[in-house]
Amino acid sequence: MTRQQILDLYFLGARHQLVELAAFLDRVERADGKDDFRLKNFRAALAKLNGKKKNKAKNVLLAFSDPTVKPIAKATAKGATGAYPK
Amino acid sequence: MRYIEPHAHMVSRTTDDYERMALAGCEAVCEPAFWAGFDRSSPAGFYDYFSQLTEHEPKRAAKFGLKHFCWLCINSKEAEDVKFAEEVIALIPKFLGRENVLGIGEIGLNKNSRNELCVLEMQVELAAQFNQLILVHTPHLEDKLKGTRLILEVLKSDKRIIPERVIIDHVEEHTVEMVLDCGMWAGMTLYPETKCTPARAIDILETYGSERLWLNSACDWGMSDPLAVPKTALEMKKRGHLASAIEKVIYQNPKNFLKQSPKFKILRS
Repeated sequence: MTRQQILDLYFLGARHQLVELAAFLDRVERADGKDDFRLKNFRAALAKLNGKKKNKAKNVLLAFSDPTVKPIAKATAKGATGAYPK
Repeated sequence: MRYIEPHAHMVSRTTDDYERMALAGCEAVCEPAFWAGFDRSSPAGFYDYFSQLTEHEPKRAAKFGLKHFCWLCINSKEAEDVKFAEEVIALIPKFLGRENVLGIGEIGLNKNSRNELCVLEMQVELAAQFNQLILVHTPHLEDKLKGTRLILEVLKSDKRIIPERVIIDHVEEHTVEMVLDCGMWAGMTLYPETKCTPARAIDILETYGSERLWLNSACDWGMSDPLAVPKTALEMKKRGHLASAIEKVIYQNPKNFLKQSPKFKILRS
């Protein structure tokens, strides 16, 4: 597909997701309380969208990922949170 | 358009889903053993589950003209108790001879703990001993990168494991390349919020080509879509992919991997 064709197919959906992202940040900032590691991670991941660097999706996923290499001693929870407390 | 669903947890789905899948062109569904949403209280619970996968579920699927295949294992969410896991793993050989069992899966990691790794290694040993195909679950979200690396280390360190007989499922943009570079297969899971979307899965296909890649829905007891694969096929069509290219991804690729088990036989193949 050409760039024009991709824009024709996906622009409105992407615009919608961007507005949702912006509204999420508004909602969080309107609420009392402190940021936690998830929001810090989120803002770091958001920065990966700027500029002309390639592989933005990969870099966003890496920004949220646990970068350590050794297994943890014991699993104390079942679920994942979506971000890693760096 | 015909397709194979290579990863769906049909024990947690209704007959409506079977009907919709059949209407959408599904010819075969493959069901790995997984976490039921709660921890089973005894190895006997797993015995019953394996019986369900090998006896009851194929009959349910057959009512809709679908062939049902399965994989057996203890999943990574129930792998923190190693002794318990050993007892479950000891049951698996009793079921390996059943006609719809394709291999060991979905083994893998969840939180990347030492005990989970130990149980993974035990099941890789089982697969090697019985010459079984392997289907791997990679962890969710922030744990996926680390878990995929740990899993690949385990698999690569065992020279009996043939890379082309391993599928690493739930890959995303940051893990797909390391899986393909090892010579293994990579599965893209079309699951809301926590895994790939159709658009991103097609991006991955367009970036890496369609060799050793498959699509699956991994539909289960959570909010998930048993028609995610045909919907992605439609998305591919919208992007201008040829029918032959789409069929390769949704039918030929899963067939080529799965037929490495002599038990994988479907009609009109």
